[in-house]
Amino acid sequence: MTLWKEFAKGWVIENPILVLALSLCPALAVTSSVVTSLTMGLVVMFVITSNNVVVSIVKKLVNPKVRVPVYIICIATIVTLASLLLQAYAPLLYKALGIYLELVVVFAIILARAEVFASKNNVGRAFLDGFGMGCGFTFAMLIIGVIRELLGNGTILGINILGTAYEPALIMILPPGGFLLIGYLVGLFKLWNMHMEKRQRIRGEAA
Amino acid sequence: MKEYLLLFASAVLVNNFVLSRFLGLCIFFGVSKNVNAAVGMGMAVTGVMTASSIFAWIAYSLILVPLGLQFLKLVILVLLIASFVQLLEMLIRKYSPALYQMWGIYLLLIATNCIILSVPLINVESNFNFALSTVHAIGAGVGFAIALVLMASLREKLRLADVPKSLEGLGVAFILAGCLALAFFGFSGMITI
Repeated sequence: MTLWKEFAKGWVIENPILVLALSLCPALAVTSSVVTSLTMGLVVMFVITSNNVVVSIVKKLVNPKVRVPVYIICIATIVTLASLLLQAYAPLLYKALGIYLELVVVFAIILARAEVFASKNNVGRAFLDGFGMGCGFTFAMLIIGVIRELLGNGTILGINILGTAYEPALIMILPPGGFLLIGYLVGLFKLWNMHMEKRQRIRGEAA
Repeated sequence: MKEYLLLFASAVLVNNFVLSRFLGLCIFFGVSKNVNAAVGMGMAVTGVMTASSIFAWIAYSLILVPLGLQFLKLVILVLLIASFVQLLEMLIRKYSPALYQMWGIYLLLIATNCIILSVPLINVESNFNFALSTVHAIGAGVGFAIALVLMASLREKLRLADVPKSLEGLGVAFILAGCLALAFFGFSGMITI
């Protein structure tokens, strides 16, 4: 697999949220506005990339029997770092993300990449994999954030888009709207996959 | 006394951990396919949550705060909870294989789960004392169990329904959870703490 592919797979083919359905808690909890979605995406990108690099560097020193606790300590340390940085330089965002920022520690996707990828590959590849997965995560968070803020508030990044005549569907920025939107998005992805499969089958029969 | 009752009701209904805080979704969608499993999982989560909240309070308030090491709370809490659940699993496997058959799989699932970790974090943030933290943890567990059992009953009924092909499985489960969240939203504003 070329280096480009290591980076690109996280975007669509193995998108952590929309395809692998991992780390759904944050995808619902902090996507009620674009700013918080983007911040959360960047924090996760930072954590997953640095953790992949660290795990890849220490992979030979760690006894396989204790690898999971070691990975968890690595992740917890990096998350603490990120949360202290955010608290110091962006206290408002820190407050908006609240408890979800610290819960990045238990995101399945981060531990999964360490276990599946970084512990078996060299530092460069681990970095690209983490960075790509982080980008895919941020990308999915942004899609959800944009739809929810646009429908629920008529704005994107606080700028009014839909005009004053639009009556905001408040439900979209409330918890139930998050569930409904993800349900329909998962359905759409499945519909698209079914469509592609059918096209491939027809092509196969013609050939 | 009133304070405790209010906190309990708020954790169960108003700020339900699954439906209004989006925590523990992996378990919520993973174990809600039949009612019996949901009841088991609900009880396991409540038990582990209460116990780990007690340990976390002891570790944080009696060890980390006197030493001025609050910034280590995440590292310590994650390790504490993961090792406690692992220990519990080993003990049950050794002394009661029958119980292990029933509960073992649930325990493994909740070892590092956001809903278990979130309770001690919220306790620390809100400066709850020992009794309040424990009541909060029990309330959170009961709320989770109620939501999980409701969801499982709905999904059992859903098996007989005619669902569009693209929404089968996870898609319709999310939409169902949305409706359930809408119902629980009716409780909001009932209690303000």
